[in-house]
Amino acid sequence: MSGSVGIVSAQRATFEEPLNFSCGKVLPRYELMYETYGTLNADKSNAILVCHALSGHHHVAGSYADDEKNIGWWDNMIGPGKPVDTNKFFVIGLNNLGGCHGSTGPSSIDPVTGKQYGSSFPMVTVEDWVHSQARLADLLGIHRFAAIIGGSLGGMQAMQWAITYPDRVRNVLAIATAPHLTTENIAFNDVARNAILTDPDFHNGDFYQHGVVPTRGLRLARMLGHITYLSDDAMAGKFGRGLRSGEYKYGYDIEFEVESYLRYQGDKFAAYFDANTYLLMTKALDYFDPAQHTEHNLARAFSNVQANYLVVSFSSDWRFSPDRSREIVKALLHNKRNVSYAEVTSQHGHDSFLMQDEQYFAVMRNYLERVAVEVQV
Amino acid sequence: MNTSIIESRPDFAAIAAWIPQGSSVLDLGCGDGSLLRYLRETQNVRGYGVEISDKKIATCIANGVNVIQNDLDSGLADFEDQSFDFVILSQTLQATRHTEALMNEIVRVGREGIISFPNFGYWKNRLQIMQGHMPVSKILPYEWYDTPNVHLCTLNDFELLCKHLNIGILGRHVMNESGDVNLLPNLRGSVAAYRFKREV
Repeated sequence: MSGSVGIVSAQRATFEEPLNFSCGKVLPRYELMYETYGTLNADKSNAILVCHALSGHHHVAGSYADDEKNIGWWDNMIGPGKPVDTNKFFVIGLNNLGGCHGSTGPSSIDPVTGKQYGSSFPMVTVEDWVHSQARLADLLGIHRFAAIIGGSLGGMQAMQWAITYPDRVRNVLAIATAPHLTTENIAFNDVARNAILTDPDFHNGDFYQHGVVPTRGLRLARMLGHITYLSDDAMAGKFGRGLRSGEYKYGYDIEFEVESYLRYQGDKFAAYFDANTYLLMTKALDYFDPAQHTEHNLARAFSNVQANYLVVSFSSDWRFSPDRSREIVKALLHNKRNVSYAEVTSQHGHDSFLMQDEQYFAVMRNYLERVAVEVQV
Repeated sequence: MNTSIIESRPDFAAIAAWIPQGSSVLDLGCGDGSLLRYLRETQNVRGYGVEISDKKIATCIANGVNVIQNDLDSGLADFEDQSFDFVILSQTLQATRHTEALMNEIVRVGREGIISFPNFGYWKNRLQIMQGHMPVSKILPYEWYDTPNVHLCTLNDFELLCKHLNIGILGRHVMNESGDVNLLPNLRGSVAAYRFKREV
């Protein structure tokens, strides 16, 4: 039987060594929030790192003693007897740098000025994250991960790990991700950013000092993003043309069910998420392109990769379509790396990677059972 | 386990006999990955399978076999020219829609191709047709109305296709329930395996 990891608690790691960012800026010190589930074995070979996507964080599985309804964002995937089996693996979730869930980010206090970083926080890239995560691995005494798992932007981090630290990753599970964003994806991100950047309450990112929050912009950004994470079929199935009151009101209040849903999602998100973090995360997505250093040849960008790969895509995911996953597979095949690729039939668009699906979970479970054998747990 | 695979699929033994130690292999329509697993364990072969079925993808992964989910009829675009020593298509040819195009893809991606298929010219098949029915047997287990087999052929037909596609046959192994067949293969053989390459 599969179950929950139960009550968990977050931890904070502090790094006093300066971190150089791709953009040229430096953070003299930083903190990362993280959680762990399961037990690290004696030779520290059973660790799995879970990298989060745009709005994720370190609370990946289980719940908190003082907030039992706050269940981790990938709790269906991770736990005892689940595909990422915490009876076998030691699983680490963290909040990335630039985040807004406790790790050092734009809303943290800059010790130099005593004020929130705001607009002065460094623009962060996937490579920067991987460097910062490697220090967390060092701190936990983990030299080589049994696997690094991520969906979407998280998958990009997992892939970057295998490029930057080829000897530190046995397996990459790259889910619903891409070797770089399409032009259309960058365009969506830019519209989302513009919603925030043009909100009068944004104050160039230093809204904290003004005691306001660019809620309208953040809300719009989330509403737009949310549409693109779903599929037309999924939305049609969920809401159709359903009307809240059953008839047209000839006004701009909420009429269609889908409007109600989107506004609710937007409001919920804007109430807790940091606008600067949203901007940073979308830029990290836009910038990710390991082949930019190899004349746009992904196979060459992967030439030093040692990790075995599982690549998973979802049929209805039009933001990170199966074709994009195939590009990853093709580059790995060129390098004669071990790779398996599953294209899961799913209606739920990009969000499929967070949903429970029989085929998806069977593939993840079977792959990780092999990994468990590999590291002898 | 290995012995049982070979017993249940005699064409696997014929295929394995052609593949030297340490070769690279692409197995098209690899099913649950048992051939690749067998080749890895006995011949130290490095390989990948291509499969379309969700269930079989999950099983291949459980078997520790590299598998790429893809429809063979959409081609082998993910694979580069001459990137494998052998491209294998075992007992799948007859179920492919774009058979001619796939043959060309096999000799593009593989330095050699290996194909096994049921011989429609086998006398027992001919007998059933003479009796007025489409053949149904252990090797061709489907009724005409539910069969995935859309491109059945005889040994002679296959050899003609190879000639037509400028593909040279390097070896042939014909079998039936009692073992190897040398005399009158197109009549007495129920299954055949061919090894071939693109003529230059």
